[in-house]
Amino acid sequence: MTLLDHYFSVFLQGFGHTLLASLYALVGSLILGTFFAIMQVTTSKVARAIGNIYVQVFRNIPLLIITLFFYLAVAKVIKMTGFTAGTIALTLYTSAFIAESVRAGILSIEAGQMEGARANGLNFWQAMRVIVLPQAFRVAIPSLGNQFINLVKNSSILAFVGGLDLMYQGNLVAANSFDTFTTYIIVGAFYLIITLPLSYYIQYLEGQLKKKA
Amino acid sequence: MSEFFDAFTGANLGYLMDGLGITVGVSVISVVLSLIIGSIIGIILFEKLPYFSSLVGTLNNIVRNLPLLLIIFFTYFALPQFGVHLPIFWATVVAMTGFQSAMLAEIVRGGLEAVDRGQFEGARANGLSNMQTMIHIVLPQAYKKMIPPIISQLISLVKDTSLASGIVLAELTYRGQIVYAQNSNYIVPVLLFMTIVYFLLNYGLSLIAKWFDRRLA
Repeated sequence: MTLLDHYFSVFLQGFGHTLLASLYALVGSLILGTFFAIMQVTTSKVARAIGNIYVQVFRNIPLLIITLFFYLAVAKVIKMTGFTAGTIALTLYTSAFIAESVRAGILSIEAGQMEGARANGLNFWQAMRVIVLPQAFRVAIPSLGNQFINLVKNSSILAFVGGLDLMYQGNLVAANSFDTFTTYIIVGAFYLIITLPLSYYIQYLEGQLKKKA
Repeated sequence: MSEFFDAFTGANLGYLMDGLGITVGVSVISVVLSLIIGSIIGIILFEKLPYFSSLVGTLNNIVRNLPLLLIIFFTYFALPQFGVHLPIFWATVVAMTGFQSAMLAEIVRGGLEAVDRGQFEGARANGLSNMQTMIHIVLPQAYKKMIPPIISQLISLVKDTSLASGIVLAELTYRGQIVYAQNSNYIVPVLLFMTIVYFLLNYGLSLIAKWFDRRLA
């Protein structure tokens, strides 16, 4: 525990960066993911194809490759730090999974909801925004929560590109103190502070949903 | 444009494809091992044994909620502090198996809960023991429903193997980094090449999962 005492500010700085990257990526991927989910349920064949390709590509390649692409290739054209490159990659990667969750949510809502809204004079986007999406999100909450947990865990990818996050700082502390074991236990505890309560809350929500069904 | 393909000399291409072999090797060994361990943990969670199941469940939740990268680093860098020295390949397999077992345990538990109670009661009424009921009646039905989620775990394994480049396992991503270290003009072509290879492999797997999904529905 002297190790925790000694390096507390370093761990805290890492924790802050992890939290910040996760929050940026959460907001970004919710917007992007919802957008691509809607594209996949429109009647336009082109929009559906684009939405589908986007989701399949980002779901099926490693996050590390996306991160390296932004850090090594894109950053040559547009200057950005490792933190920015990693957060952008996290956003794109997670948005593909969120698109899947939201799409499943939309499909679980009766078609009559959309038809009724359209018959009452709302256009497609209005009906989506006011009638369908609010219901779809309620259904999708447990799966979105799981995606957020994955996002927090995946933010450790920042360590590969000098992103100053928890994992990165942990590696520094480990190299400095030579006590790798204690360091990684502390790093793990910091991650669990975010992910474990979320995970139990989602299990509780899923239980509630099952009871209703 | 011809410059674009300069990166793909025969030597480089062979070197990268050997890396793909290691990626697939780690993934397949890990998924088989974690299927066995995950099933055992899943059954323990499902059986709700007093104290023991909730203890295992808590440990399982802790492992599930840690970043895999941390588990890989822990296995390779921290375990030697206790005299456990694993070669890079096996350190990766152990870390991946530990993490995936926790994931699969939840899938197995869910699969078991989806099997109708009548199946247990019927088998028990016909004189099978608890163990026999599990092995001959319940697990085969549960596994059938679990094939698609198990394949998606295999997809995440293939993707996550790239994290082992952090401990210098010579799999595809690490070898890509070696190749573009020769010449910075290689960065984009090599990253694109790796994207295509990973995509084809994983998209193929996801199509198989979809096929099972449709057949089992």
